[in-house]
Amino acid sequence: MTVTLPPRNQISGGFMADDRYGTLRRTLLKGIAAAPAAAMLPRAARAAGPATSAVNTTGLAVTDDAVTVGILHSITGTMAISETGSVEAEKLAISQINEQGGVLGRQIKIVQEDGASDWPTFAEKAKKLLASDHCAAVFGCWTSASRKAVLPVFEQLNGMLYYPTFYEGLEQSKNVIYTGQEATQQILAGLNWVNTTKGAKTFYLLGSDYIWPRTSNKIARKHIENHLHGCKVVGEDYFPLGNTQFNSAINKMRLVKPDVIYATIVGGSNVAFYKQLKAAGVDLSKQTLLTISVTEDEILGIGGENIAGAFACMKYFESLDNPANKKFVAAFKETYGAKSVIGDVTQAAYLGPWLWKMAAEKAGSFDVDKIAAASPGIEFKDAPEGYVRIHENHHLWSKTLVGKALVDGQYEVVYETPDLVEPNPFPKGYQ
Amino acid sequence: MLMGYSFGDLGSIMAMQGFAGLILFSVFVLMALGLAVIFGQMGVINMAHGEFMILGAYVTFLTSRLFTAYLPWAFNAYFFFAVVLAFCASGLLGMAVEWILIRHLYRRPLDTLLATWGLSLILQQVYRSVFGAREVGVDQPNWMMGASNLTDTIQIPINGMIVIGLTALITVAVYMLIFRLGWGKRVRAVISNRAMASAVGIDTERVDRFTFGLGCGIAGVAGSAFTMIGSTSPTAGQLYIVDTFLVVVFGGAQSLIGTIASAFTISQARSTLEFFLSGSMAQVIVLLGVVGILMIRPQGLFVLKVRK
Repeated sequence: MTVTLPPRNQISGGFMADDRYGTLRRTLLKGIAAAPAAAMLPRAARAAGPATSAVNTTGLAVTDDAVTVGILHSITGTMAISETGSVEAEKLAISQINEQGGVLGRQIKIVQEDGASDWPTFAEKAKKLLASDHCAAVFGCWTSASRKAVLPVFEQLNGMLYYPTFYEGLEQSKNVIYTGQEATQQILAGLNWVNTTKGAKTFYLLGSDYIWPRTSNKIARKHIENHLHGCKVVGEDYFPLGNTQFNSAINKMRLVKPDVIYATIVGGSNVAFYKQLKAAGVDLSKQTLLTISVTEDEILGIGGENIAGAFACMKYFESLDNPANKKFVAAFKETYGAKSVIGDVTQAAYLGPWLWKMAAEKAGSFDVDKIAAASPGIEFKDAPEGYVRIHENHHLWSKTLVGKALVDGQYEVVYETPDLVEPNPFPKGYQ
Repeated sequence: MLMGYSFGDLGSIMAMQGFAGLILFSVFVLMALGLAVIFGQMGVINMAHGEFMILGAYVTFLTSRLFTAYLPWAFNAYFFFAVVLAFCASGLLGMAVEWILIRHLYRRPLDTLLATWGLSLILQQVYRSVFGAREVGVDQPNWMMGASNLTDTIQIPINGMIVIGLTALITVAVYMLIFRLGWGKRVRAVISNRAMASAVGIDTERVDRFTFGLGCGIAGVAGSAFTMIGSTSPTAGQLYIVDTFLVVVFGGAQSLIGTIASAFTISQARSTLEFFLSGSMAQVIVLLGVVGILMIRPQGLFVLKVRK
């Protein structure tokens, strides 16, 4: 086998200059004059890509054979429950992209940081990923609070963030691509559906007490009162995050007998709410319940038998029947175990690296400005959720689905919007 | 909000609401009893109380898995074994912690606060490494889920009744242990005057260790019971800890009767207010009320007379 030496200029770049680009290069230099080690370079690394000076004009961590990206999620603390799936999906997407030859001929290397469920930590780690690791893109954040904490960092240091969670909207940034749905995309279709197919007229809004449920319920209330004929909200109730007792709320709902319970409860409270609902004798096959906060991930903790019969409105369910999704689910389970489940946000996180790859290839560059400019209009035809396209406002055009929870913890799709729903983060008349 | 409903409707809602208050009361007592025993006996504020509860929850989870795999015919009764195992596991861990950590820190209340808080972080990470960061679903036998129909319109949660029964059992057991048995006499002697108790030959270290173990064991039972009504995850203990401290402090830290009275007051106030106001508002008002009363009566509702 012939031994290929790395090009001269790479070695003469010197230890100092290359140090920040990570361990692979360092190992190479430490090896006996780099020669035997070079034979072990991944094949893709030698694949011809455009010259580094052409694709990287802003000092990002891009070399002739590698590009560094960051993953920034909570892997410790309360949010680890939710964010684990996103980390798994992002790593899966990146390894698949690497198998296909990487981006612009370069293998993707990951620097992972832990936001530790603490918002200032998120900001600090974002700064580290951008200022000292020079990550070309960062996939991360989950809660709106963490996104709000890192946003100024990304705007100031001109980084690129791919944010996977469905969220309340009212935000748009050049430096963020929102791969989850904003609130109106997720909410309106579900309310219309429950109104037309179930004949629902009265709604009871119940949520955890923080920005996302409150904004979502505000949008839901405006839609119910102004756009659905003859419908009204008969109750609105909020409980502190982490509340574990819902018996009083359940009794209150029993008294006003709403057609639909509209639930935006999150975290550990979710488990308590559905267990107590079942224990209180509320039969979800008779009482319609529509939630926008329970994915397959949450059902793991709630237990399928406690939530069976409830409806959820989001853009992705693991049970979606299309070839791209089947491939994605199979790959995910092969990597993370047959018992792992994929929720809406996990799928949205999986889109991030792919959308970034497409943008980089369209722009022919890793420069953040060029990627931001190239992103609108990018189509991902084989996304697990189906066709998606990036809007001018950096959100995704996507379909909205309604699923019915089954005893085995999966959702059965009962409705799909006929067309892609336009993302509208600043909806008029809903604020 | 009560206009326009029939008497029958209102009657059944009130009955169910009364029961909701009773369930909340039992949950509070179960949470707070262990903490009160430890705090009352040795003045140690156990910040890791929630994590001892979650240990009980995880033991219940493992027991359910074990029964599903090896003794499926006995699954209907697994919960009772799980409660006992949870008590033993949390109790033993508690005794170990007392021996390794706490006994070196008596008379340094701030340090125990810090040490047990650190312990809670360590335990959370251990659970996360062992069981994963996600919530686990604990399977319950069918007879424990759902509601029992008292009348056509009044439905009572079965798991609520189990919690009430368990709480009554534990409370009576603790009462017997502390006020009726010889061992309890030694405990009470140490509470009233540690030096004197030691002088008359009571092994106060041993008493401390067992008391700490007892308190943690009760936490384990609570955790086991809460798998029926709440979530089981590495950090779920944090969901309960604030209410637990609220109940113990409001009740007067050294008095078991005080703990029960305070659990009753807070639970009734909260469940009534939650019914008429929003959930968040109810908690705000209850907290304000507790703060107000503690300003007038800093020692809490009930105080044990102690020789200083």
